[in-house]
Amino acid sequence: MMTKPKLRRYHAPVWDEPLVMEMSVSGRRGCHFPEAEVDVRHAVGGARDLVPAAMRRRTEPNLPEMSEPDVLRHYLHLSQQTLGMMGISLFGTCTMKYNPRLTEGLTARPQIADLHPQQDPDTLQGALEIIYNFDQLLRELSGMDQFVFQPAGGADAAYTMACITRAFHAARGELAQRNQIITSIQAHPCNPATAAAAGFEIVTLMLEDGGFPSVDALRAAVSDRTAALMINNPDDMGLYNPDIRQWVDIVHEAGGLCFYDHANFNGVMSKIRARELGFDACMFMLHKTFGVAKGGGGPAVGAFGCTSELAVHLPGPIVEKDGDRYVLADDSPSSIGRVREYLGNVQQVVKAYAWTRAMGAEGIAEASDISVLLNNYMEKEILKIRGVTRSHPDIEGWRIEMTRYSLGQLYEDTGVTVLDVQNRMVDFGVDAFWLSHEPWIVPQPFTPEAGEMWSVEDCDYWIAVLKQISDEAYSDPAIVTSAPHNQPVHKLGPKSLDEPDRWAMTWRAYRRKRSSRK
Amino acid sequence: MPREQRAHPYMPNSVPALKQRLMAELGIDSVDELFEQIPQEHRLGRALDLPPALSSEAELGRHMRDLLAKNRSCEENLNFLGGGCWQHHVPAICDEIVQRSEFLTPVWGTPSSDLGRNQAWFEFTSQLGELLDLDLVALPVYSWGCAAGHAIRMAARLTGRNKVLLPRFMDPERRAVIINYCEPPEMDSHIEIVDIDADAATGQLDLDDLDAKLGEDVATVYFENPSYLGQIESHVAEISAAARKHGAETIVGVDPISLGVLSPPGSYGADIVVGSLQPLGIHMYCGGGLGGFIASRDDPRYAYEYPTLLISIAETTHGEHSFGLALMHQCSYGSREEGKDWTGNSTYLWAIGSAVYMSIMGPQGFREVGELILQRAHYAAGLLQAIDGINIEQASGFFKEFVVNFDGTGKSVATINKALLQRGIFGGLDLTRSFPQLGNSALYCVTELHTQHDLHFLAETLQEICAG
Repeated sequence: MMTKPKLRRYHAPVWDEPLVMEMSVSGRRGCHFPEAEVDVRHAVGGARDLVPAAMRRRTEPNLPEMSEPDVLRHYLHLSQQTLGMMGISLFGTCTMKYNPRLTEGLTARPQIADLHPQQDPDTLQGALEIIYNFDQLLRELSGMDQFVFQPAGGADAAYTMACITRAFHAARGELAQRNQIITSIQAHPCNPATAAAAGFEIVTLMLEDGGFPSVDALRAAVSDRTAALMINNPDDMGLYNPDIRQWVDIVHEAGGLCFYDHANFNGVMSKIRARELGFDACMFMLHKTFGVAKGGGGPAVGAFGCTSELAVHLPGPIVEKDGDRYVLADDSPSSIGRVREYLGNVQQVVKAYAWTRAMGAEGIAEASDISVLLNNYMEKEILKIRGVTRSHPDIEGWRIEMTRYSLGQLYEDTGVTVLDVQNRMVDFGVDAFWLSHEPWIVPQPFTPEAGEMWSVEDCDYWIAVLKQISDEAYSDPAIVTSAPHNQPVHKLGPKSLDEPDRWAMTWRAYRRKRSSRK
Repeated sequence: MPREQRAHPYMPNSVPALKQRLMAELGIDSVDELFEQIPQEHRLGRALDLPPALSSEAELGRHMRDLLAKNRSCEENLNFLGGGCWQHHVPAICDEIVQRSEFLTPVWGTPSSDLGRNQAWFEFTSQLGELLDLDLVALPVYSWGCAAGHAIRMAARLTGRNKVLLPRFMDPERRAVIINYCEPPEMDSHIEIVDIDADAATGQLDLDDLDAKLGEDVATVYFENPSYLGQIESHVAEISAAARKHGAETIVGVDPISLGVLSPPGSYGADIVVGSLQPLGIHMYCGGGLGGFIASRDDPRYAYEYPTLLISIAETTHGEHSFGLALMHQCSYGSREEGKDWTGNSTYLWAIGSAVYMSIMGPQGFREVGELILQRAHYAAGLLQAIDGINIEQASGFFKEFVVNFDGTGKSVATINKALLQRGIFGGLDLTRSFPQLGNSALYCVTELHTQHDLHFLAETLQEICAG
């Protein structure tokens, strides 16, 4: 390792914080609203009489009664009991990176926060200009002809592709026949799931020796029923499919469309573009690759881009430039309508635009370089740790921005699972690594992604923690299997949350079930 | 060091000497060697052509502020737009909490290291359950429209039927989302959409038309309360009973900020309830503040059809309270295309903002805000009704929105709204293209933020414009 990290004496804050519903004191107030003005009351009378009798609320909602400072402190305590990016989080495929606070402050201003999406476009010129210009930047990054930002996540962008695929084939009278979408077992589950929710049958190609499905397997899968291919590349094992152009040609020859799920764009941005590889459409996640904060799972944006041939099907409203004004065009007659209301998560587009401008062409190329450099550096060190192997050990050479590892050896030797290791790493201030999508194709998988944000010191620390835990697994595995020890609570017990009398998705359900168990 | 070799502020390893050391560790001379997997003919082969980098925060901030200054906000103007995104008061501590780095930046940890976040999520579902009077509340989806789409698909799976009855007057944005979720007729799982008329006098659902269209082929009746055009639906028990008689599910879309004064949907026979989180302490963000919720009774029959993540209270190995995800195997992460619809990144930060909002509001806050909205909205309707040429067909029985018809003024809504805009007022949402049968009409939204003075300013300005 380049540095000699010392393991930190980390301990998470332990507030023993009750549920807010348990903190209520009758009569306390967290906020007031004024009484309606005297004239208003005289003119319309009491509010109760303005509601039809059948629709008046008869019992108050059983919400907590709290004072304002106590609510603030309660949620501050909860925030402190959330490790995430306060420590080191190398959650693979999610591309953990810096979220510039400049744009958090800017989008909290009324000029973004207090805009209604259906204001007169003359009053939204700044927002529309940013959307328009960001579309231009993504066109350069992808070679596509038009982007929209309505899809509210990567999965929603995949769904957009499925809807556009329907519209494309319906316009040719072939939708009833072309009802299959092809993907690979290594594609993110959102690809087959959204395609199925859009009404398509799914054809899933399995991996072969090279780490990806063969060209022959694809040839055998396509037919006059093929509607589209939905695929990522590189995959999340760090493998790039060199036959991808041939794949696109095969699907095109069969009459299908090709969608590039650019979930793993960080390692290849500035190096390759969806257009040159022949794709009809692609998707970028602004909350991953483009520096937008993840919020623990949204609000997010799956920026969807496509060729001019498909652009007539894009969901509206589309931002266009008319002279020096920005306008919202009417939907084209063959538009798919909406996948979500309005223009999408506009404040996140503003942040992504600012991130892209802060990086510039050189910064983006350098971020790609660093993320791949760092991944391969980490791999070299991680593979020195006892019990760790790499997926597809027969495939030699450098991986892209991620590597899929296995703790199968460690598990066989010690009985310590990958989940145990995850639970032990948090004791050192290192939050969970990502495992792998279902189904696992290597035993006990894990997948870190360094990206460009984490320093060499951070990465060395991460590796040192994993090394420490491997040592513990081989010397005193109980330390690992009973982890975490430095967190506010222990790991979850063995009782399944899939039992109707056990799960409780609300406090009221929990209280009802607990009292019926007694 | 030359300026072009300065390390970038976002990238700690962009120090040239550090990169050299990393390359030395790998025994390579150029980073390019690491991309050996990518065939040369796949490469772009040139530098990206982007505008010059603004790596200076001072410079980037100036550029962004110049762009944002071209917007005119609802804070600087008097806004009456609603329809599917509404301007309500956002308590300061909602903003403070959702901007906390711990909540703002993470993705996933372990149940222990995510304890605080998971508890905040559980407090969101628990408090919303109290407002709705329902025991099962899921983690949110993208928007009300997406929640309604998923709920309709849940009902289709539950009943094995493929027809949904929707109110004729619905937000066109929301309806367009639902149409996608219902799939085109070519698909085997297509869900047919049939509209239910509104009663011309009351704006409520036309029960005769509902009765005529209900049948053994209907999966679900979906209605909204208040309706898109603002009216409070009072025949809720009749509607859900009629649906049940035909074996159909009842889905109700609600505006949660109304639930301090309006009956909770769980009390009147709703099987699945959907709606928007945005009124609960989230700014509009030009439409970026949306989030959708799905809730139901805690009945396994419904629980087994949720496509969302479900956070449940759970016990640790040492008997402490913690939280975990229930029924993970039925979502798309667990089962790919065999799962229920799909899930992914959603609007989970807004779940936390809404949890804070509900905690600070409490039962009295929701009652006060609901009463204030009802009184001011009705007062506004009264003021506008008195203007020559303006007609409000349903001048009572609404919550915060009502339809204002300008036929008698001889002016289009577009003309009137342009004139209002010049005086700093964002007039009501123009309905003339989406619902031509309503004539020259606009949907006005009045909330707790509009003072009596604001409403008089609107009325006086409209009077002047309509007379002019």
